[in-house]
Amino acid sequence: MKLWEIAHSRTGDKGNIANISLIVYEASDFDLVKEKVTAQVVKKWFGNRIKGKVERYELEQLGALNFVLHQALDGGVTCSTNIDKHGKTLGSYLLEMEI
Amino acid sequence: MKTIRIGSGAGYGGDRLDPALALMKHGELDYIGFECLAERTIALAQKRKLADPQKGYNNLLESRMEKVLPLAYKKDIKVITNMGAANSEAALKLVERIAIQNGLKGMKIASVVGDDISDRVNNYYDLPTIETKALLRSFSDQIISANAYLGYQPILEALEADADIVITGRVVDPALYLAPLVYEFGWSSKNYGKLGKGTLVGHLLECAGQLTGGYFADPGKKEVPELWNLGFPYIDVDETGDGIISKLEGTGGEINPATCTEQMLYEIHNPAGYITPDCVANFSDVIFDQIEKDRVAFKGATGSQATDSYKVSVGYRNGFIAVGEISYGGPNCVARARLASQIVKKRIEYLGIDVDDLRCTLIGINSISPFEKEYSENALNKEVRLHVAGRTRRKQEAQKIVNEVQSLYTNGPAGGGGATKSIDEMISVVSFLVPKTDIQTKFTITEVN
Repeated sequence: MKLWEIAHSRTGDKGNIANISLIVYEASDFDLVKEKVTAQVVKKWFGNRIKGKVERYELEQLGALNFVLHQALDGGVTCSTNIDKHGKTLGSYLLEMEI
Repeated sequence: MKTIRIGSGAGYGGDRLDPALALMKHGELDYIGFECLAERTIALAQKRKLADPQKGYNNLLESRMEKVLPLAYKKDIKVITNMGAANSEAALKLVERIAIQNGLKGMKIASVVGDDISDRVNNYYDLPTIETKALLRSFSDQIISANAYLGYQPILEALEADADIVITGRVVDPALYLAPLVYEFGWSSKNYGKLGKGTLVGHLLECAGQLTGGYFADPGKKEVPELWNLGFPYIDVDETGDGIISKLEGTGGEINPATCTEQMLYEIHNPAGYITPDCVANFSDVIFDQIEKDRVAFKGATGSQATDSYKVSVGYRNGFIAVGEISYGGPNCVARARLASQIVKKRIEYLGIDVDDLRCTLIGINSISPFEKEYSENALNKEVRLHVAGRTRRKQEAQKIVNEVQSLYTNGPAGGGGATKSIDEMISVVSFLVPKTDIQTKFTITEVN
């Protein structure tokens, strides 16, 4: 199934760094998501789009993971030629992941 | 226990006004904040100020305040906003004039200054920028603004002087909401635990509708009712620093732990270390509890000692961005758009146009079709729009790029339509840290007679 079936997401930007929250609808799915969607998996998923490292933070009580993607925004909102300069749609593409 | 009710009136510079006015009319608010200053907005405002020293505040300040001030006066709601942007002193004069015109006798309006260090930014040229470690000096010829992200302190001082309206330039967004909490509850500047809690309140409110179901809906999966009429949030905060999130009855949107969690993590990196000038907030143990429909209680934020520096955001001229588009429809449209893309790239190479990060992408669902049918999966690939974007040092180069897109009309593949072009000067941002002792803030206050 797609991650979209069991989790939702919002993306924020600061400079050239994007952060993507990944939040499960049902607490019982959290362990699965935590196991499958590691920082390394996210880094690989976005491929060349992310030039820097990916960090992951866990908020167990909220069923949430927070991914911080460094050098992910082609320089950031103030100089990117991407239509989505903020990278706000990145979270939706994370939800495409099959797990 | 004493409780303060704070509403959110704007989540960005151009946000809807009617939800803010509804909150002021019917929300029994004590305070309302309007957060209107994105990362580079202040650099753009500084450009306007350079062109006209009486300008440089938020473009919507006048139209907003004409509606907001009379309501604030009538309902006894204090208003805190960063709509001063690059010129909070000029903003103060404008707001005072509106207050006089509306006969708001006794209203006290304050402006905060001290964030703008553009006149002495050269003192810091040997410091590394946070983003790439390149020295600030390497941007020196192009710098147009330099503003420190201030904390709640100058806003607090204005409130202590009995201000009803406080207008700031650059402050960290949560400070707009933290300041009234510190003022009302008398929290010490060393009570980092409380400041961490207040920072969460501010962080939750600073994007307005993004807390109440805006930026959340996904049809068929995450339904949110009546987004056209999205209600903005307010929070009842008690002296413990925890609170309850609500919105007006009868408004659209939804408040639940999921909307709140998305917003709490929005633009946050390490949830245990959210650095502001006021504290290092820790959101990692926060819990949200649905206490009734569209009402969520939260608690668990903490904080620790603030750092000894302010972050300064520097806006600089960074060349131009050229964007040209043209659409193709019907059979084989994608192949024609790809051909168009190849032609543009070849022309740019042939003409020796100096361009960075040239990007040719394809867009499209149902923007040009003459057939009145709704979007369906079958409509895919029935139209496509070529989008060409690139960065150039000089405007002339940008002009050449967009002309190459437009000239696809007569020189490119069959059936191109709807060509558009735009060239914008790019104002980019880098940042660095300054010792707090280098920054002196002050406020000016005026009373309407």
